[in-house]
Amino acid sequence: MDITNLTIKSINDGYKKGEFSVSEIIKLYLERISKLDSSIQSFITLTSVEALENAGKKDMNISIESEKNPLYGIPIAYKDLFLTKGIKTTASSNILNDYIPQYDATVVKRFKDSGTVMLGKLNCDAWAHGSSGENSDFFVTKNPYNTSYVPGGSSSGSSASVAASFTPLATGTDTGGSIRQPASLTNTVGLKPTYGLVSRYGIISMASSLDTVGHFTKTVYDSALALNTTAGIDKYDSTLTDRGKLDYTKKIGKEIKGMKLGIPKEYITESIDPQVKSAFENAKRVFQKLGAEIIEVSLPNTEHAVAVYYIIQPSEVSSNLARYDGIRYGNLRSYFGEEAKRRIILGTFTLSSGYYDAYYKKAMQVRTLIINDFNCVFDKVDVLIAPVSPTPAWKIGEKVNDPLKMYLSDILTIPANLAGIPSLAVPAGFSKERLPIGIQIMGQQFSEEILFQIGHAFEDETKFYKEIPIL
Amino acid sequence: MKIDVKKVASLANLSLTESDNKKLAPQLEEIVSYIQKLNKIDSANIEPTSQVTGLTNVLRDDSQLRPSLSQEEALSGTKNQHNGAFQVEGILEEK
Repeated sequence: MDITNLTIKSINDGYKKGEFSVSEIIKLYLERISKLDSSIQSFITLTSVEALENAGKKDMNISIESEKNPLYGIPIAYKDLFLTKGIKTTASSNILNDYIPQYDATVVKRFKDSGTVMLGKLNCDAWAHGSSGENSDFFVTKNPYNTSYVPGGSSSGSSASVAASFTPLATGTDTGGSIRQPASLTNTVGLKPTYGLVSRYGIISMASSLDTVGHFTKTVYDSALALNTTAGIDKYDSTLTDRGKLDYTKKIGKEIKGMKLGIPKEYITESIDPQVKSAFENAKRVFQKLGAEIIEVSLPNTEHAVAVYYIIQPSEVSSNLARYDGIRYGNLRSYFGEEAKRRIILGTFTLSSGYYDAYYKKAMQVRTLIINDFNCVFDKVDVLIAPVSPTPAWKIGEKVNDPLKMYLSDILTIPANLAGIPSLAVPAGFSKERLPIGIQIMGQQFSEEILFQIGHAFEDETKFYKEIPIL
Repeated sequence: MKIDVKKVASLANLSLTESDNKKLAPQLEEIVSYIQKLNKIDSANIEPTSQVTGLTNVLRDDSQLRPSLSQEEALSGTKNQHNGAFQVEGILEEK
């Protein structure tokens, strides 16, 4: 059986009809990983033995459970920032290269309770610091569409593993674009939820006023299904907002005729690659064909977003990474890699006595201006659409010695994190070199249902997700 | 803007090598000169945002979180323990 075109939904349908067992599905994915991941290097840890054992148990109840629970028996892999009880969790860092957590992250527990089967843990930039995956302290994950190119970051193993059909579902974290950007570079769907919708308990912190927890899937419908499991309050995370229990698939399939889609003119600049521009132009035409109205809007403070982000984020990073002292777990601070050191020093500097007002406080004030911009435009439009990454994937090694250049590649994703709004990245085509290009749909806080509705309408019309990489 | 990388590193309890210093100092200066562009913005009367969804002072009863980790579990990750406690370097020196 060819598993490259499977989705969460199609696996669940197969279980319901008794077409295959959980053990068969898990075996097929594990075989594909063992055959092909040596060229992609998306996994840090494989939990094959546990997965097969788990699958065997799931098979005893699959006919009943698959009717009630769409994630029952579905393979999943976690970015290695998600604590998994008894399974090594490294943050792709040498500091935590032998760390075994004593408990599960809330999201991991919820996925377990809903019946998923863990395949393993995925590579990323160490501590989620990066836009290419190259900052992993262990090895560099490759883009499945061309292994000389980066798969995006920081959730590099997550994007690559879903694109390579090693798993239909992988988790990620998005602090400045770490889900949407790798999704757009690998032809996958990436959700960055609203700040405070999904619990962060048990997920290694990066920058606490920006961190969000989402996932990668092949389709928009699958993304909504996964959010049905992860969203919701948690007594272990006091930053969550109680929205009650929602079915995020509810609006999927409804037409988008008459909806107002804004395009922030500050996002379409000279620095956007012509091929990304043309994919975005094409996306605009698709939305118009579907009956949506395209309106140009302005977010005048966009130009300040990267500077604001590279003050707030390293400041919070330096504070969060202060706990790694090698006493209770992990190795000594001398094990930190170069990018972590760079951010710790930058953040310690911007928070230090005499500089706090000039940097951190200033950045938090300009953050308010950026939020106000979004609030103004959401009075006029339902959602915003924009490219995700200014360029398609770049060659491995191209930006590693120029941190500022690497930071600037986040320009189109950072504003959503600063404002805490949700954004859904969906595939939007390919470059001449057959490298994927994505677009993002941003909405008001807690508007995920509408993002899925619009994202699905676009996907249904274009079906780019069916273009799988040749491995 | 000159950054005293050694001093800042010591505040962050990081020990850097000479080659770290040489590489990081110009990179950090370039980044700081980039983020300084915010100085041009007049933000005198603007409230800073630190929490984007408007939550303030979220409280809960500690008893909701029990049971916590056992002593054995809490110690399971450490490389240095003594009589069931974490062992740390001495921080007080005799004069």
